[in-house]
Amino acid sequence: MYGRKVKLRFFFILLIFVTLSLTIFLILKSLEENVVFFQSPSEIKELPELNKKKIRVGGMVKNKSISVQAEELNFIITDFKSEIIVTYSGVVPNLFAEGKGVVAEGYLKDKNFFLATKILAKHDENYMPPEVKAAIEGK
Amino acid sequence: MFKYFELNKIFSITSKAPKYVLLLFIIVLSIGLFEALIFSPEDYKQGDAVRIMYVHVPSAWISLGIFSLITLLSIVGYTFKIKNFFLISKSLAPSGFIFNIIALVTGSIWGRPTWGTWWAWDARITAMLILALFYLLYLLAWRIFEDKDKVFKATLMITILGIINVPIIKYSVDWWNTLHQPASINIFTKSSIDISMLFPLMIMTAAFALFSLLIFLMKYNTELIKIKNKGLDRL
Repeated sequence: MYGRKVKLRFFFILLIFVTLSLTIFLILKSLEENVVFFQSPSEIKELPELNKKKIRVGGMVKNKSISVQAEELNFIITDFKSEIIVTYSGVVPNLFAEGKGVVAEGYLKDKNFFLATKILAKHDENYMPPEVKAAIEGK
Repeated sequence: MFKYFELNKIFSITSKAPKYVLLLFIIVLSIGLFEALIFSPEDYKQGDAVRIMYVHVPSAWISLGIFSLITLLSIVGYTFKIKNFFLISKSLAPSGFIFNIIALVTGSIWGRPTWGTWWAWDARITAMLILALFYLLYLLAWRIFEDKDKVFKATLMITILGIINVPIIKYSVDWWNTLHQPASINIFTKSSIDISMLFPLMIMTAAFALFSLLIFLMKYNTELIKIKNKGLDRL
């Protein structure tokens, strides 16, 4: 149906595409640790050794865990398997709340204590008006 | 297959279409803005900040869509030697680039009040920045190469390289931990965005698509005029 040249050109493109996709897939796969924006408390617990570098820990702010003492804010990040206690002093974003997603950037003191230098709130995929939220909670 | 297109036939459409598209765009955009800014509810968690979504998300979609379309047109155009497809791609690229930039900028504005940061090296944001660079490369290639065959090959290679980035943007939130939340709109399962917010989002997407079409028609028209001036009667 199509000429030999047309087929050749098509396979040429296909081959370039497959080669590049594979290469990029392998690169990303090997860089996985650096591509993730944050680690979960469970992943922190599994670290073979503590490193001094700045890292990010993410998860949910545990319910009833936020406490403010003088200039210091303490709360617990949980992924429902492991927990990590975070200490922070500074301004938190508006969406920061108990039971909501959070990413803390800072340094590990040990595997249970984290000294945050920056707090980011993480939003979830749910978008709804307040009335709908109230209706869902009322059920 | 399509060996050539009748220039005058295409031109008679592309030279008249813009004013109708403009009219339609203004109507759809007005409805979209009213829906997005006034009639749609605020979010239970984000409050009014959620309204940035009605610009941010459609822009990102359109820029991804246009890049995919450009790639498809370039591949088909190269395989079957259809020069017209390269001209269509060339005319599509500027609006895709603009919407890419709009998505990055509005994302930054949205990130400050909600996440607490203007910028984060999250996988999706970084991939979106890379897409903007690919758009830039694509647009520059058209300016740098003067020889037709060279420019077709260069832009083809840029699109093939760049298209690999598109699924990475889409699935980055599922593959890795990112600051971006997972997808809210799902075709096969229930979407986690309320219908009262989904509606203005769709209208705004339609408005941006119409805007892209308008810019495309104007750019494409210019390309056709250039060919006409050279005294050729076909592409």
